[in-house]
Amino acid sequence: MNNIFQKAVIITATVFLLACNNTTTESKTDSATAETSSNAGQANVKDDASMKDIVKIAIGSADHTTLISALQQAELVDVLANPGPFTVFAPTNAAFDKLPVGTVDGLMKPEKKTDLQNILQYHVTTSSLKADFFTDGMTIGMVNGGTVTVSVKDGKIVLNNSATIVASIPASNGMVHVIDGVLLPK
Amino acid sequence: MKSLFKVFMCIALIGFVALQGCKPKGVQASAGGDASKAYVAPGKYDEFYDFVSGGFSGQMAVYGLPSGRLLRVIPVFSVDPEKGYGYSEETKPMLNTSHGFVPWDDLHHIALSETDGIQDGRWVFGNGNNTPRIARIDLKTFRTAEIIEIPNSAGNHSSPFITENSEYVIAGTRFSIPMDNTNGDVAINTYKQNFKGTVSFISVDKTSGRLGIAFQILTPGINFDLARAGKGKSHGWMFFSCYNSEKANTLLEVNASQKDKDFIMAVNWKKAEEYVKAGKGTKKAVKFAHNIYDENKHMASSEIENEVLMLDPKDCPDMVYFMPCPKSPHGCDTDPTGEYIVGSGKLAAVIPVFSFTKIQKAIADKTYDGEYDGIPVLKYEAVLYGEVQKPGLGPLHTEFDANGNAYTSFFISSEIVKWRLSDLKVLDRVPTYYSVGHLSVPGGPTKKPWGKYVIAYNKITKDRYLPTGPELAQSAQIYDISGDKMKLILDFPTIGEPHYAEAIPADILMKNSQKIYKIEDNQNPWVAKGDKYARVERKGNEVHVYITAIRSHFNPDNIEGVKLGDIVYFHVTNLEQDWDIPHGFAVKGANNAELLIMPGETQTLAWKPDRTGVFPIYCTDFCSALHQEMQGYIRVSIAGSNVPIAFSMGKTQPIDSNVVNK
Repeated sequence: MNNIFQKAVIITATVFLLACNNTTTESKTDSATAETSSNAGQANVKDDASMKDIVKIAIGSADHTTLISALQQAELVDVLANPGPFTVFAPTNAAFDKLPVGTVDGLMKPEKKTDLQNILQYHVTTSSLKADFFTDGMTIGMVNGGTVTVSVKDGKIVLNNSATIVASIPASNGMVHVIDGVLLPK
Repeated sequence: MKSLFKVFMCIALIGFVALQGCKPKGVQASAGGDASKAYVAPGKYDEFYDFVSGGFSGQMAVYGLPSGRLLRVIPVFSVDPEKGYGYSEETKPMLNTSHGFVPWDDLHHIALSETDGIQDGRWVFGNGNNTPRIARIDLKTFRTAEIIEIPNSAGNHSSPFITENSEYVIAGTRFSIPMDNTNGDVAINTYKQNFKGTVSFISVDKTSGRLGIAFQILTPGINFDLARAGKGKSHGWMFFSCYNSEKANTLLEVNASQKDKDFIMAVNWKKAEEYVKAGKGTKKAVKFAHNIYDENKHMASSEIENEVLMLDPKDCPDMVYFMPCPKSPHGCDTDPTGEYIVGSGKLAAVIPVFSFTKIQKAIADKTYDGEYDGIPVLKYEAVLYGEVQKPGLGPLHTEFDANGNAYTSFFISSEIVKWRLSDLKVLDRVPTYYSVGHLSVPGGPTKKPWGKYVIAYNKITKDRYLPTGPELAQSAQIYDISGDKMKLILDFPTIGEPHYAEAIPADILMKNSQKIYKIEDNQNPWVAKGDKYARVERKGNEVHVYITAIRSHFNPDNIEGVKLGDIVYFHVTNLEQDWDIPHGFAVKGANNAELLIMPGETQTLAWKPDRTGVFPIYCTDFCSALHQEMQGYIRVSIAGSNVPIAFSMGKTQPIDSNVVNK
């Protein structure tokens, strides 16, 4: 008896709750237009009028496909579409290729996500630094908590004595400095 | 057996509880609210933009329907410190009038632009009720683009109502007054001799939207309340409700309610255009301000115009007729076909519905009931299609759906009544909370009503929301009208006091909405289009600071050389080219307000320092992770100081410029 009662209760409650869910789904379709805004994240905001943000610039560059894959794997794409402002040191595909064989593939494994995030966040600082803001010997605090040391010699800006800025591109939410080496956190 | 009964009772109870769990919180069973119909899920858009007058706030508010979410307050006839409107040097001229700067007016009615009688989403118009003006708001930017003052008018209430191709926005005067070009210094009790009314036809340029007063029609000294353009078959005509045909100048509450009937004034404006062409108009010397906001200069200008063309019905036969309408008509609404004109006498026991076909026949047959101040009065019975009997108490306004139904608001009986145009039968009635004024069906005043909802804009709130002291937010209510019965689905509070409102499908507007101003198109004379243009210049006792703003700094952010007695103009250019990244600007002690500068825009704040010292400046709109770092200093020295003008960003000044004034 008790058992039957319990079953009846569960079935009834389930039926009513299901009915409830159906109502909600229908009313949603009824009351809103087909257009949806940006539940997908800030990087997916439809906007062809504004200047390109850092994410759009990187996506548009054939030399940065490795960086984009890494940013996606590290779930940093929406972050870099945020108002920032950011300065991103963006290693080229060739820069990633200079790392020991297998390094990038290793970092792309799910269990290495934290390491990948650490390395990528070492390439980002939260202020918009134009090339002429850099001075010899200055240090920059990076998002991962580490610092990068700048040297300026003969007009060449070198980071950590290992990566040179080869191009600088203004973005709507900061600056992208293309570099020819990957910065490795100490 | 008993035990089984208990089991069933339990099941029923659980089911009931589960269903209760489905109901949104706070919906009152008595109102039969179905809030799920007003629910718009996070990340989803509303179906309609709803443009709602802000009444005594002087502004226009934009809500999403059916959710009732506030999307924007557009400053129109009042200063708005939130946006710097009326405070920045660039926007101050928008509020200029022949009386000078008017910082606060009263906006009552809304008219969306139309093409072939259908909303086209280009502009929305609003009326300045107190100091008579019409504003045009650009729906790409949701900004007030133009304001024109109306001469020979006082209490611009019968306004703005639009013709089916936006040929004209019309503006009728509520108060009759001595005309502007006459000696107005007359005894008030000479009303009947000296006071006249006017209705103005304001042309709208098809491309630019630019307004101009094409002509005014001089009328007897009565009061104009509301109006509607004819449409379809009645295109070319305009209908105005009038009260105070008694021509009372005191205690109108009693003295303007003497006659059994007042009037609806029918104007054949195509005929009026012919008279204008034929030179029947007279130019009258007047003064009115005409203010235009230049989108490329990001700057308004105000000019005073001096002349208006007046048509006198005495010289223009067959242009104006009166139709008797019971007891102080308020609303005067034309149905989507243009055949029916619905008058709503505030004190009337019936709703008279006039037939355009019958009006034309009565005019052709001269079926007159005498004249009023030389203007023919058409015989009531000859122009009447029929009366809605016992509709309710205190009818005010009527809107229409696409299925031949009308919806009339009743202030005194506090309800919306749905009735059918074909047989004038009442079909349904719902209460409003409380005392509805205007009501609106999306597209309801046009040839193509979108239907789905009727929104009541109530005058009285009382206990509808949590109490907030003596002053309460006004209440709007949205009803689902998709079925036979109207169903209340949501209450939502509004700013100011909502009078009329018009809703338009979101997809007509949203695709045109502008995201940024292009910096290369910025023609503001005070623009600084990049860091190399950032500078400070002295011109006599004026100091012009050309300052740029971009995440996350101002350039310059250290400024010296200002002296007491100077006026400092901060010309702030927002260099951002990114949607939704405005910067703000504030300086300590500024007596007017702050600025809010859109991406690509330049705005100017004038500041007269009142003491020496160092004053902070900062960005007031949270723009970025380093918003709090977006700051700087301006130094003010004594009058006659020898501190030179100096400015910088990112460097510390040499020590010798830090001379202390003696």
